[in-house]
Amino acid sequence: MGLATCGIAAGGDRVYTALEAAIRERGLDVRLAKVGCIGYCREEPLVNIQIPGKPLVILHRVTEEDTAAILDAVADGDVPREKALCQIDTWDPLVGDPLTFGIGFKDIPRYEEIPYFAPQKKIVLRDAGLTNPEDIEEYIAVGGYRALHKALTQMTPEAVIDEVIASGLRGRGGAGFPTGMKWNFTKKEKSLQKYIICNADEGDPGAYMNRNEMESDPHMILEGMLIGAYAIGAREGIIYVRSEYPLAIERLTKAMDEARAHGLLGKDIFGSGFSFELTLAEGAGAFVCGEETALIASIEGKTGRPRPRPPFPAQKGLWGMPTNINNVETWTNIPVIIQKGGGWFAGIGAEKNSGTKVYSLVGEVDRVGLVEVPLGTPIQTLVYDIGNGGIDGREIKAVQTGGPSGGCIPASLFDTPMDYEHLTAVGSIMGSGGVVVMDETTSMVDTARFFIGFTNEESCGKCVPCREGLKHMLMILDKILSGKATQSDLDLLKELSGIIKKTSLCGLGQTAPNPVLTTLKYFKNEYDAYLKGAK
Amino acid sequence: MDAARLNEIVGRYPAREGKILGILEQVQREFGYLPKNILKDLATRLEVPLSELYSLATFYSFFTLAPLGEHVVTVCMGTACHVKGAPELVDTLKRLLNVEVDEATKDGKFLLTTEDNHFTITSARCFGACSMAPVLRVDNKIFGYVTPNRIPAILKRFGWEERDHQAT
Repeated sequence: MGLATCGIAAGGDRVYTALEAAIRERGLDVRLAKVGCIGYCREEPLVNIQIPGKPLVILHRVTEEDTAAILDAVADGDVPREKALCQIDTWDPLVGDPLTFGIGFKDIPRYEEIPYFAPQKKIVLRDAGLTNPEDIEEYIAVGGYRALHKALTQMTPEAVIDEVIASGLRGRGGAGFPTGMKWNFTKKEKSLQKYIICNADEGDPGAYMNRNEMESDPHMILEGMLIGAYAIGAREGIIYVRSEYPLAIERLTKAMDEARAHGLLGKDIFGSGFSFELTLAEGAGAFVCGEETALIASIEGKTGRPRPRPPFPAQKGLWGMPTNINNVETWTNIPVIIQKGGGWFAGIGAEKNSGTKVYSLVGEVDRVGLVEVPLGTPIQTLVYDIGNGGIDGREIKAVQTGGPSGGCIPASLFDTPMDYEHLTAVGSIMGSGGVVVMDETTSMVDTARFFIGFTNEESCGKCVPCREGLKHMLMILDKILSGKATQSDLDLLKELSGIIKKTSLCGLGQTAPNPVLTTLKYFKNEYDAYLKGAK
Repeated sequence: MDAARLNEIVGRYPAREGKILGILEQVQREFGYLPKNILKDLATRLEVPLSELYSLATFYSFFTLAPLGEHVVTVCMGTACHVKGAPELVDTLKRLLNVEVDEATKDGKFLLTTEDNHFTITSARCFGACSMAPVLRVDNKIFGYVTPNRIPAILKRFGWEERDHQAT
């Protein structure tokens, strides 16, 4: 039973309870397990049926009323065909031995044939929806912690960093800085104490990849952090999770406890002499805490306000000690890189953009969900091939990527490859991977106002351009929306945007005007229609 | 709150990383807000000025200094929810529960409690349940694909009675 936050909210918990009761009542030899989310959110609740020797079958849109039909079929060694979404006969967990489920069920479509899954390439989410995130044994069964064993017993810390550099992995939090290089900065510092941090303060509205990565495969994050700590020379790590994600916190805590019980956290791991401890810290609802220096302040129990850099966290981070911070998805990429090699990873994706990226494809698109594709995949593949275009055949107007720091990209530019450089070139950013689709019914001016309203609210108030500038942008946008603005207001809005971008202290202010600048550039006509006398 | 209870919460945080915010979060969860006498007590125990705790309580949106209603209805204000009609949900809730947003808070965040303290309505940045937008949460239960028409049925599950609250 797929039981991540959306699966539960879609009714998965009720189906689970119903199945549990019915299995007990009938005295069936059926094991009911929780798994994470495979990412096809629109089709939830999802139930995987695994009968020995037969393919794994994914059932979709399952309700409590289907319980009897499911168990009737399973008791006969079958599955309820009318509920079947697809079947998987073999699965490659990449770091472990391929799983062979079996063959049969000729009339059920194969996983590869489902348009939603066909263009996807699962690396980060390879276990999501297939394994039980609350059971370390399942993670180990699909090759988990092998990469850690390899790193600790066969590789020097330098060799680990070299492998990460060779992979070309770039930070998945948004900025896209090469991960191996970043690790080296902290490694080179001379200090008795160093820290590593997992930034799980997924703050971009419309983005939930990290939530699923934590809820569906928490051990992959732990393993990535352990390898990173070994390479960097850190003995302590902190996972900073936003409090809005209670299930992620629960599963990470469970994973940490299990890892500790298995000797994978603590002293002398694998007898290598390497020791590492991990703590979980909860954020308390401040978007700006995604910024590194603000995040560190928050862990230290202060208000999360950024400070100027340098010194960078690599020099003076948590409690003044060298600190390396990476996003959840960056950490999850580490085990596979160590196990399969940097060269293998570098072969996936586009030039200077190796690997995959998980996107949350949401908004006015037919098939919503979490999508993992190689970097460099064009926007249109996401929106049309995977997402099946607009709802009820409505025409899609734009996508918004990168959250409040990103921009709106018009449909005419949907051949743009989604990589760090190309998205920046069209005025948006990769960000953490939120892709919000907007159709003909969405007002782009209202969308721009939504984001400025958001960043204005979340501005920490430390530097003037962000604190005062965004407030004035909001006032101008309200004036435009009320039909009282003139061309000079639009000019002022543009000028102000440029100043805020250039003079703000941190990434929040430096990127906050992007939604306005891109909508002004690509949807100027919508602004013009609001101007005084336009009607 | 008795001292033993507070001791227990403080004791849950042996590491200094995430300690102060973690403790405040636990108090917020148990009480539904941060009572002033507890903040004073905590300031002494943690050896930080009360003003610093006040600063944290007002900086982070997770905390409130006033008690909340029995049930808290939180409307997600994420991008996907906004595009799919979250503002209409807020309007509907305000109408059904007969609460008004005052001028000072009409932008962005709001925290409104009904006269009988039965419901508080507020907003959140994003629950990360964007696939089922628009989303709202009552206490710890998430409801997806919410439409204004579905709200009365949702509220009724939490003890709302139409005739008592209906504004005309």
